[in-house]
Amino acid sequence: MSDAAPPSPEITDAERAELRRHGILLTSIEELYNWGRSNSVWPLQFGLACCAIEMIAASMARFDIARFGSEVFRPSPRQADLLIVSGTVTKKMAPQVVRLWNQMPEPKYCFAMGACAISGGPFKQGYNVLKGIDRYIPVDIYIPGCPPRPEALLHALITLQEKIRGQTISGRDVPRFLRPDATCDYPVPEFGAHDLEPPQNPDVWRPPALVRKEGA
Amino acid sequence: METSEQIRDRILSRFPGASVAFVANPGPAAQHSLLLGADNARAVAEFLRDDPGLRLDFCSNVTGVDWPDREIVETAKVSTPDPAGGPAKVTEARTRRIQPGFLEVVYHLYSMALKHGPVVLRLRTANRKDRVELPSLTPVWRSCEFQEREVFDLFGVVFSGHPDLRRILMWDGFKDHPMRKDYAEPDDYEWEPTPHGDVLAKARRHYPAAGTGGANP
Repeated sequence: MSDAAPPSPEITDAERAELRRHGILLTSIEELYNWGRSNSVWPLQFGLACCAIEMIAASMARFDIARFGSEVFRPSPRQADLLIVSGTVTKKMAPQVVRLWNQMPEPKYCFAMGACAISGGPFKQGYNVLKGIDRYIPVDIYIPGCPPRPEALLHALITLQEKIRGQTISGRDVPRFLRPDATCDYPVPEFGAHDLEPPQNPDVWRPPALVRKEGA
Repeated sequence: METSEQIRDRILSRFPGASVAFVANPGPAAQHSLLLGADNARAVAEFLRDDPGLRLDFCSNVTGVDWPDREIVETAKVSTPDPAGGPAKVTEARTRRIQPGFLEVVYHLYSMALKHGPVVLRLRTANRKDRVELPSLTPVWRSCEFQEREVFDLFGVVFSGHPDLRRILMWDGFKDHPMRKDYAEPDDYEWEPTPHGDVLAKARRHYPAAGTGGANP
């Protein structure tokens, strides 16, 4: 947009404010589009464990997620923009979570809310708990806590709004949902004899390459 | 309420020849139990439920216990007399034997009508591998249904006579029994901030220390 042309065609914020003072609103399609999207992020009405209680509290009058345009918890994934994975994802539940994610239309975003959804949390050494939902679906915002306070969820929502406002709708840096070659289908794991098959989606998550400090 | 020994004696007088054993709990709880044989467990359970002095009409809890094979080392002192007439030579003979393991199911019974309990029943399978059948007590106490399914799921005890014996927590295609002592969990996590014990061994395997080579140098 702003190449080498000496008088930049881009309008500065000060000039825009000056124009607004005279009753002229100037914007770009991109800004309008992202402004609209970021202020109506509709979450999926979907809870897994105790974090869902905090999510419900965030939607109630005291914390009031409606201030940020996200009070419309949709009971259908077809109408939702945001999947809040709020709680422990057991291996028996993981295929259903991935299936819900696949059923959501693009653009869609995902929160991993709480220690369990991030990494398995206190159940990490258990045989029946998925060690983080990011093994199967891409996570936009991780909300630490056990469970996180409703304010933390609101902070994650504000962070997501900033992320949405920063997304472009054309050019090389377009997000996944605007790329024609990118799919919004993620493979749903199957129930195997001993574990989920496959145990992770390698396109989304790989085990970290770590070096252990001896004696630590 | 009668003590467990008294209940055992009454069971034996009602069912002569039934295998009922008293298992004492040496701890301060002193919650003794009755070990029933699998053959007559159903009849004994119905007796406990219907006997007017007991009326144990509520089974509150069904638990599984896994007792793996145990190696028992017995040392016996063997004295061989000295043929020359001196003092006898004492040697220690060690015998090792494997005590075969079994699966145990524990039932806690209460009486809602007479407000007493618990009476604890134990049932044991013949072994841990192929002879894991036990009679289901669901026809006697309806509340056993889901809990026996849970014991079947997590321990692998097959309850004959159960109306709907399916896995209840894990999925149907799952092959293992996770609460058994020899269950090997899937090796599906790599990173722990402060590993110790088994998790440290797993961390050493997954990401060795710097300079020792391995998959992630």
